[in-house]
Amino acid sequence: MQEHDMSWVRTEMVLAQPAPPEERGAYAWVRKNLIGSVGDTILTVLGIAIVLWIVPQVINWAFINAQWSGPDRTVCTTAAQGGIQPDGWTGACWAFVNAKFGQFMFGTYPIEERWRPILVAILFVALLVPMLIPRVPRKGLNAILLFVALPIVSFFLLIGGVFGLPYIETARWGGLLITLSLSFVGIAVSLPLGIVLALGRRSKMPIVKWLCIVFIEMVRGIPLITVLFFASVMLPLFLPEGVTFDKYLRALIGVSLFAAAYMAEVIRGGLQAIPKGQYEGADSLGLGYWQKMGLIVLPQALKLVIPGIVNTFIGMFKDTSLVLIISMFDLLGVVKQNFADANWATPQTAKSGLIFAAFVFWLFCFGMSRYSMYTERRLDTGYKR
Amino acid sequence: MASQEILREEPSRGSFINDPRIRSLFFQTLVVILLFSSIWWIVHNVIENLQRLHIASGFGFLRSRAGFDISDTPIAYTSDSTYFRALVVGLLNTIIVAVAGIVLATIVGFTIGIGRLSRNWLIRKICTVYVEIFRNIPPLLVIFFWYSGVLAVLPPPRESIHLPFGSFLNQRGFYLPRAVWGDGSWLIGVALLLAIAMAWFVAHRARQRQKATGQQFPVFWTSVALIVGLPVLAFLLGGMPLTFDFPKQSTFNLTGGFWIKPEFLSLLLALSFYTAAFIAEIVRAGIRGVSKGQTEAAAALGLRSGPILRLVVIPQAMRIVIPPLTSQYLNLTKNSSLAIAIGYPDLTATAGTVLNQTGQAVEGVFIMMIAYLVLSLVTSFVMNIVNARMALVER
Repeated sequence: MQEHDMSWVRTEMVLAQPAPPEERGAYAWVRKNLIGSVGDTILTVLGIAIVLWIVPQVINWAFINAQWSGPDRTVCTTAAQGGIQPDGWTGACWAFVNAKFGQFMFGTYPIEERWRPILVAILFVALLVPMLIPRVPRKGLNAILLFVALPIVSFFLLIGGVFGLPYIETARWGGLLITLSLSFVGIAVSLPLGIVLALGRRSKMPIVKWLCIVFIEMVRGIPLITVLFFASVMLPLFLPEGVTFDKYLRALIGVSLFAAAYMAEVIRGGLQAIPKGQYEGADSLGLGYWQKMGLIVLPQALKLVIPGIVNTFIGMFKDTSLVLIISMFDLLGVVKQNFADANWATPQTAKSGLIFAAFVFWLFCFGMSRYSMYTERRLDTGYKR
Repeated sequence: MASQEILREEPSRGSFINDPRIRSLFFQTLVVILLFSSIWWIVHNVIENLQRLHIASGFGFLRSRAGFDISDTPIAYTSDSTYFRALVVGLLNTIIVAVAGIVLATIVGFTIGIGRLSRNWLIRKICTVYVEIFRNIPPLLVIFFWYSGVLAVLPPPRESIHLPFGSFLNQRGFYLPRAVWGDGSWLIGVALLLAIAMAWFVAHRARQRQKATGQQFPVFWTSVALIVGLPVLAFLLGGMPLTFDFPKQSTFNLTGGFWIKPEFLSLLLALSFYTAAFIAEIVRAGIRGVSKGQTEAAAALGLRSGPILRLVVIPQAMRIVIPPLTSQYLNLTKNSSLAIAIGYPDLTATAGTVLNQTGQAVEGVFIMMIAYLVLSLVTSFVMNIVNARMALVER
């Protein structure tokens, strides 16, 4: 008879023990993350000093001492400067932003016609939001409406001159209206143009290839201001006598060409990352060049470079502020133009206006970058090299 | 064998329209024709327009009198100088602000980038906030912020803010003491060069000795001692030939010292703070790109944390960092053209003035493009050399 020396068999697992007390709770977190070593402690003290130095000043300036509304400069100046504030007062002059808000948004677009840009903005948001939410169906129709129908409708709505709408020349546009319209059209033009340039650069036809290389490298080598100079002073020279170009259109051409060159390089990176087998597979199925690119290669390549494309968009959105150098008034331009208003000339005006503009730009750029991170995670199909 | 005969025959082709060679030839001919006809059309229009507007063409204008003043002149320049000299002054100003900006942006960017990887939660968060703020606002806005928001509202010269080391800050800029080198100061320069040469020699010998015998030599501290010690020794031997010209407050202005104008200061601060946010992200990605196994393997070989960082992590991280860093340097150089918005006389600003005065837009834009292209090429060339030294040497 066999003897069982195993007299006890565990039938259930021991319950998990809690971590030792010194590894739990707020103190352990602090010890691990803030005062892990002598160097760490010094850094933490330094960091707390920086935060204590900056944050109260910022909160005081932007909220507690800030002036939110008022008729003119007196609310934002100290008694010595001819205002109502006590000596030594510093605070944000949001009253300036408040008073000029309409201008910051629309420039000198006539007040009774401002419903038109507002309507365009509503249409834009109504089309963009379903485009951005992946679960909403009919993306194709949505994209056509957003990138083809909306620009046409907006063009007629904003310019006018038809259907009884008064004509408003682009010189009267301004503010956020210019910033957003320039960057939207720039994005809509530069993406397809960038794709064409990238395909051209990888083409087997030497002349097409070299033309694309020269164009891309030239544009990437010079600053946007030079491109804008080019568009504003040289384009008129290129055209026959009597044909003139709208200044807005010239800026649009400059910005789009500039962004297209950068876009082309981003997309080229994606094209290069697609394995040769995909091209050959498409060939063996008997697809033509455009079918091969449109159905097989580009969908994969574009997906790979979404972060790069969005970064180019963000860069372009920020770069539209440069049009103020060829004296067009985008958001930054209008803000800066209003510093000259004697009615609001205070030491705080410039800072407040610029911080407001910075906040608007920041909101758009930060939103775009967060959305691109979200898309990147969603489209991540494990196809990483 | 009939079947082989058939195989050897020329494969029957479809219509010649589908022949890729003929197609490519056709399209390229089309492109060339389109290109040349549009160039011809543009040139024709330009010539006609210039004649109509009575604008001369050619680069002869470069030799005529400029007639405008430039506020920052690294080389001698008056309004009687030529247009060419004005453009050179502009180019030098661009180079000065670009080089200073690159140095400052690199220092700030590396600090912030390493800070974002710190084990310290607070430091990490502070650096993240910095990056997220500066990455998402236009550089032009940052320039205006420094220029009209901060520097323009400083007190007037009479109430200048006193800073340490006898420097002053006011509306008109930043005043630093200027070093005035007396007789015999050449000795210090010679000593410095000698010290660098000796440090290089020591490093070389130490490497050879370590290869041969495995013995290490404290190269770093020896070099520091040499590079600091020798010039100090020369300074003392030469009878301390260094005095400082401190800025002095007079009734309306500050005199003497070294004066940094607010235009330059705001441009430099804005460009370097803006670019630093991007450099920080590049550095962070570079360091995180070195896999943890590398650090652990180095630790297993018995290296301490200092040498691990210096010999294992940084060389591999630099390989990832340098190419995007180069394009950030190029961006900074190109963004320095934003100087025109606040009136710092860089290349774009002076070329713009020349262009307005002479009306020779074609030549003006051409000069601008060439100058920036050359600057970009030089920067890429230098960074490519650095990159080649850092690149992975494979078998």
